[in-house]
Amino acid sequence: MSTAGFNSQNGTGTGQTYTNGPSQNPVSLQQLPGVSYGMTHQSTFNPMQAKASVASGPGLYSSGPYQPIPPVSSYQSVPPPSSFPALPGQPLLTSPPMGGPPSHTPPLSASPSPGPRLTSAQAMPPPPAVSTGNYYASPQQPMATAWQYNTPPLQMGPPTSMSTPPSATVANHVNPALGSTVPPPPQTSSAAYGSAPVLHSVTHPPVPGMPPTSLHGYTQPGIAPPPVNPILSHGYQPNRALYGAPPTGPPPTGPLPSMKSTPPPTGPPLANAPPPPPKADAQCGGSVNSSQLPTESDSQEGDIECPGMVAGNGLQASSNYNHVDNKTAGRPQPGSPGQHLGHYPSLPPGYQNAPSAHNATSPMHPALQSTTQPYAQTPQPYQQPPGGPGPAQLSPSLAAMSLQSSTPEALRVVNLLQERNLLPPTPIPAPMPCLPQDLQKVNCNPEVFRCTLTSIPQTQSLLNKAKMPLGLLLHPFKDLSQLPVVTSSTIVRCRSCRTYINPFVSFLDQRRWKCNLCYRVNDVPEEFMYNPVSRAYGEPHKRPEVQNATIEFIAPSEYMLRPPQPAVYLFVLDVSHNAVETGYLNVFCQSLLDNINALPGDSRTKVGFITFDSTIHFYNLQEGLSQPQMLIVSDIEDIFLPTPDSLLVNLNECKELVQDLLKNLPNLFQKTMETQSALGSALQAAFKLLSPTGGRMSVFQTQLPNLGVGALQSREDPNQRASAKDIQHLSPATDFYKKLALDCSGQQVAVDLFLLSAQYCDLASLGCISRYSAGSVYYYPSYHHQHNPAQVERFQKDLKRYLTRKIGFEAVMRIRCTKGLSIHTFHGNFFVRSTDLLSLPNVNPDAGFAVQMSIEENLDDMQVVSFQAALLYTSSKGERRIRVHTLCLPVVNSLSDIFAGADVQAITGLLACMAVDRSVTASLSDARDAMTNAAIDSLASYRQSVLTIQQPGLLAPACLRLFPLYILALLKQKAFRTGTSTRLDDRVFAMCQLKYQPLAYAMLMIHPALYRVDDLTDEGALNINERTIPQPRVLQLSVEKLNREGAFLMDTGMIMYLWVGRNCNPNFLTQVLGVPSYTAVPDNLYLLPDLDTAESQRTRAFIGWLRDQRPFSPTLHIIKDESQLKSSFMQNMIEDRTEAALSYYEFLLHLQQQISK
Amino acid sequence: MEAAVFILSLVDCCALIFLSVYFIITLSDLECDYINARACCSKLNKWVIPEMIGQCLSTMLMLVSMHWFIFLLNLPVAAWNIYRYAKVPMGNMGVFDPTEIHNRGQLKSHMKEAMIKLGYHLLCFFIYLYSMILALIND
Repeated sequence: MSTAGFNSQNGTGTGQTYTNGPSQNPVSLQQLPGVSYGMTHQSTFNPMQAKASVASGPGLYSSGPYQPIPPVSSYQSVPPPSSFPALPGQPLLTSPPMGGPPSHTPPLSASPSPGPRLTSAQAMPPPPAVSTGNYYASPQQPMATAWQYNTPPLQMGPPTSMSTPPSATVANHVNPALGSTVPPPPQTSSAAYGSAPVLHSVTHPPVPGMPPTSLHGYTQPGIAPPPVNPILSHGYQPNRALYGAPPTGPPPTGPLPSMKSTPPPTGPPLANAPPPPPKADAQCGGSVNSSQLPTESDSQEGDIECPGMVAGNGLQASSNYNHVDNKTAGRPQPGSPGQHLGHYPSLPPGYQNAPSAHNATSPMHPALQSTTQPYAQTPQPYQQPPGGPGPAQLSPSLAAMSLQSSTPEALRVVNLLQERNLLPPTPIPAPMPCLPQDLQKVNCNPEVFRCTLTSIPQTQSLLNKAKMPLGLLLHPFKDLSQLPVVTSSTIVRCRSCRTYINPFVSFLDQRRWKCNLCYRVNDVPEEFMYNPVSRAYGEPHKRPEVQNATIEFIAPSEYMLRPPQPAVYLFVLDVSHNAVETGYLNVFCQSLLDNINALPGDSRTKVGFITFDSTIHFYNLQEGLSQPQMLIVSDIEDIFLPTPDSLLVNLNECKELVQDLLKNLPNLFQKTMETQSALGSALQAAFKLLSPTGGRMSVFQTQLPNLGVGALQSREDPNQRASAKDIQHLSPATDFYKKLALDCSGQQVAVDLFLLSAQYCDLASLGCISRYSAGSVYYYPSYHHQHNPAQVERFQKDLKRYLTRKIGFEAVMRIRCTKGLSIHTFHGNFFVRSTDLLSLPNVNPDAGFAVQMSIEENLDDMQVVSFQAALLYTSSKGERRIRVHTLCLPVVNSLSDIFAGADVQAITGLLACMAVDRSVTASLSDARDAMTNAAIDSLASYRQSVLTIQQPGLLAPACLRLFPLYILALLKQKAFRTGTSTRLDDRVFAMCQLKYQPLAYAMLMIHPALYRVDDLTDEGALNINERTIPQPRVLQLSVEKLNREGAFLMDTGMIMYLWVGRNCNPNFLTQVLGVPSYTAVPDNLYLLPDLDTAESQRTRAFIGWLRDQRPFSPTLHIIKDESQLKSSFMQNMIEDRTEAALSYYEFLLHLQQQISK
Repeated sequence: MEAAVFILSLVDCCALIFLSVYFIITLSDLECDYINARACCSKLNKWVIPEMIGQCLSTMLMLVSMHWFIFLLNLPVAAWNIYRYAKVPMGNMGVFDPTEIHNRGQLKSHMKEAMIKLGYHLLCFFIYLYSMILALIND
């Protein structure tokens, strides 16, 4: 089928135009006449700065050679129409030229993969006998279910957006009359720079000055907004008109989720499903299966709408977490577990060997192998082997035996009370899903896309039985060292669910592919037949899109509603007395001056500045002025922009003025005595300034806003900081910031908040502004330029990263999953615009996301399910790009397999997110109970349903052996701890971090890593870039592991502590710290001296390596026994008992007691 | 007098039925992505207080006219409406919060609630109608 044919089909589809593309920003679905694809700006894509290792990747954003515009158009006319230019010997291609099947190595090989955990034969679904026990043991809570969307919701006809139509936007932008005529002139005053302080005070009372329009002419020279320069791209997009049709076409005829059934197994549909769960949808599923023949026809006609199923299932499905919570009420709280020590005498050592006895039983049942083998061999793994899952037909006894025989390492039974050293010496890799080799090879990097259960349960009831949360953790915009970029005029997507083509689709033949999310059969467009990598025709399955689970597309103009916005940065700075006192302005201005050329952007980049105390100060930076003009608006109740179009200026054209301003700004307010802060009005002003274009607003705030709109009161009672009772005021005090954030989100403005404060600032309320506008929050408690140099250093480094990191504007992310799964809760900073669409005004590489899922429809006849996260964004160079990640996971039908696939870190991360939500909506103690119960329930479920031989002790599968430790760590985390004095802002910030940080960094926050560093050796060291990096083992977080003779490094993510023991090896003191003796170690040491000794080099190499692994820069504190920070160091010793919390062993006993109840 | 009370209740009940239908339609629009969460929530939040007042009105009418059974029938719904309104956290934008509505199955539970209320109001409608006719006949 020709490309045109494909397109026209797409346009005139049967109402199923799930026009995801154009409507990803569904402002209004008709295209702007002047929509231009800013090809002129896309010569280079900004390489990722900050990370050296990243920058070295050969295929790094190889946008240059991938998208020369002339080739694009020329390719269009040639039969092989792709524009993925296959330059011979192109080093930038990330996939090697794919001559034949054996050579298709995935580019994402950077992850520390431990190798396949086990062969697929071992891990294939063991018989279900074990799981036929009791399901639905406890009451379900239908409230907790997800909404019943089984298909990605339709994006359709009616303009459904919160953003104003672009036409209005444009008008607003080019027409400055609004701002200049409305404001009453007397309130605007202009102050020349040199005499600013004087004039400042003089002009505070309303001075009948000139109207602002006269301050400068409205020439608007170079800062013409993007809408007015329509760059033609019609030649480039010959079929644009065709594509444009779907949005304006008739909207779909209703909420028709096309439930296309999959080819049913040949047997009776339910016969081989193991424990028939209470099927509300039985009649429905049955009818689907029976009414459709297992043909591969284009089955649009076969779509069956089945609302009954949806409703029925919805009532039953229940999230694990809430389930957990039901128990909270019923279960009496135990007394101090210490009392129970006597009840659990330690086991005779013989018990420890019990698990190995399991392994001696019968060999694997042949049926198991027979089912797995065709699976592994067929190139199209989605085709069900006839007869359905074989193990289900085994007799229970046989099944049980074969289960034991194939116990994988992940299921090895561990008695937590007996085995002490469970912590592996190295960081824990993510478990590998049990997929056939060829799928596993191309699967998404777990650092980017990770699921709590690497084996997805077949039914919701099975998931409920496992008592573990099902969810995804994403880091979609992570800086990647290798990322294939594809320029193509048609991006191949499923016509029904709009899934992007990915490695897990199956090609029925050369011309048709079957979507792995909705199982619709689609045509392969003509253009896709040509493989630009191998320059071969007729190999659609070798295209880079089908070879890489992570890929980036340069989006054609259908994916934009308005011309891509320029990079716009607005800085909103607190200049009250308090702010000046902290001295942050110097650091900020210096950092920005240093990095002003490294700000991501192109020739259209704009910057602007607003400062505020009790009034709002704007800075006119228009080209042609000799120095910046400060315009003071004192009417904070009804804020307006004095000169709307000269406040945001083109950085390139006005760089000198900007630099001038930055140099003068710190001195300008040196003597201010203004203590009040009108943050709310400043934010409103900034929003007005940015709303025509969208962009990034960076707000620096040092105190509680106490004037005008959005004023807050101090809610913290310092006496309650250590209270063991419930912590109040974790939720916002006003909805002002939330509303403003939603307004910002609608106008593609993200707000990043830097909070530098010694006092309470009500981060719970202020944080909303960033949370719902997809910004990020930085918090520097007790920031002071003299008293707290460590914070200053951190602020500097964070700022550098913040200013120079990659950024994506006007982004949306959609997360799709295979039919039957649905997302019901989202965690992270964004606004959920519709059921699976996240609105992200800005996206940055340090943002993580999490979602919780439920199984709405049984996944009976599926071997694998897939998840796809597609992030559509505008790069800082003005290109529209789509980054697509696809993850594929196996479906299993027995509890033991679910446990074998549990990813303990991901579960902990997701539980932390859920607990944050719970603390805000319910209470902190509720959240703590829920976390404890999560551990109790999953281990109890493991004990009851999976273990065949009951033995005393607290038993856990090897893959979950760290689960109780992590839960305990969460309970002792700043966010959730009770009884230890914690400032409210610290707590709220920790909660923000847990929700917002990608899993790898959140895990360090939860469970810090402890290393002994006084005896580093080169043994087992890594060698990276000619540097030898020693690899000390990770120690347990217990004082028992500390040693007065040693020095220990604790890495908590944001902060590193180097604790030096009193009798520390003098060699370490002199060679590394450069001091003669322990007493000579200074109190406030934040840097390791640069000594030329082997020990010093090793230590610095190690710390440097740890720092390089994360995008932010942790500060190092060198502490001694007397140091103030000793207590915060010791608070991280989570395995030890504290006054307020249990030790690890006590916690285990508590769990055991609850489980055996 | 009796008839007047019931006629008033009937009118009130009709209004509440319409309101329930409006809630259901708006929520299902959101479900199908016809409108965005922000618009949906601001539309619905506007009607939360009128609904509460309407419900309380009929409850009070029944109390004053001493129809105990109908009063008791009305009381839980009125109490629920007031409770729901009162327990909205300070930081939320109302009973329906656009940032929360897609989380934790809230949309579904709102939908269910609206459905139940519709059924309940229909029941009340017929009770009022019956009582009104009875009262008119007795007069």
